[in-house]
Amino acid sequence: MSGSTGQFRRPREQASHGLKPAPQVVPTFESFYEENCDAVLRELRRLLGRDAEDAYQETFLRALRGYGRLRNADNLRAWVLTIARRVAADHYRRREATPEPPEPQRDSRPAYAELGELAEALPRKERAAVVLRYGYDLSYAAIGAALGSTEDAARQAASSGVRRLRRRMQ
Amino acid sequence: MTVSPTLDQRFREAAAAAGLLDVAYDFADTPVGTLLVATTDRGLCRISYDPDPEHAAEKLAETFGLRVLRAAKPVDPARRQLGEYFEGTRTEFELPLDLRVAGEFNREVLKLLAQVPYGQLTTYGTLAAEAHRPKAARAVGVVMNRNPIPIVLPCHRVVGANGSLVGYAGGLDRKEQLLKLEGAIQPQLDV
Repeated sequence: MSGSTGQFRRPREQASHGLKPAPQVVPTFESFYEENCDAVLRELRRLLGRDAEDAYQETFLRALRGYGRLRNADNLRAWVLTIARRVAADHYRRREATPEPPEPQRDSRPAYAELGELAEALPRKERAAVVLRYGYDLSYAAIGAALGSTEDAARQAASSGVRRLRRRMQ
Repeated sequence: MTVSPTLDQRFREAAAAAGLLDVAYDFADTPVGTLLVATTDRGLCRISYDPDPEHAAEKLAETFGLRVLRAAKPVDPARRQLGEYFEGTRTEFELPLDLRVAGEFNREVLKLLAQVPYGQLTTYGTLAAEAHRPKAARAVGVVMNRNPIPIVLPCHRVVGANGSLVGYAGGLDRKEQLLKLEGAIQPQLDV
């Protein structure tokens, strides 16, 4: 209605003219938002730090969803700060529910399988000693017994196998 | 204001995109001054001359509901087409309109008004006759005066039976300016 003089009511005036204190008329969402945006962001920064900006949008979207059902404008600030705190609490919960993903393993195969491949080119005895010692964590005595030799021979075979591997990998 | 313009704008766009607003509005700078342009999810619902930025939202809320928010994007198509109109490259608007709040007679007359072509004039009496109310020229005048979407609904093309411009809610200067832009009246004529 261009050019007409608006008859919109100003909440404060209306309240002061009434005989008994009338409930505050709910303002437009625009003015509610302008009135409260700084306070909401401050509260969210206090609660969430750098995640405050995502929560900011969510807070006002929730407020907007409920705005049509408001019957009076008492304590709108407290109302929207309650919403902000609930949104912050949800953010906390979500943070806890999704822990940091574990470091992706480069290779999930067991150590002995990897060692077996690495040691493939070693002489048979050295290879067996290396794999049984470092892959299966057997004692030199057990390795000696398994290979039909002695503990000392097993230790020697393992260490010369490791030396050879080192040389190849350099 | 500690809320950054980016954060502020992001919320406004999100609110509009979520379909949570009764009405979104913004302003458009044009050769006939700054216009308020407002739209609902159904379409363009308001163009106002000389808007009062302080109370624009309140005035819209009276008609459309409290969930009013200034947001650029919903208004962009209308703003772009208005720009083209004032550049002279657009002679017809292609915008959905929301005339829900107009009464039945008003809506009927406004629909007839929408048919008046660019650059042509009609009269209050003609529109009244087309609405099957031949004696209602004055009532048609009232409808024009209360046209919620001037320019797009071209009430500036409606003149008196004797050719006088009669009136315009946005001021006669603007009516004349729009008609000159459309070539409906000659610039040198002192109407």
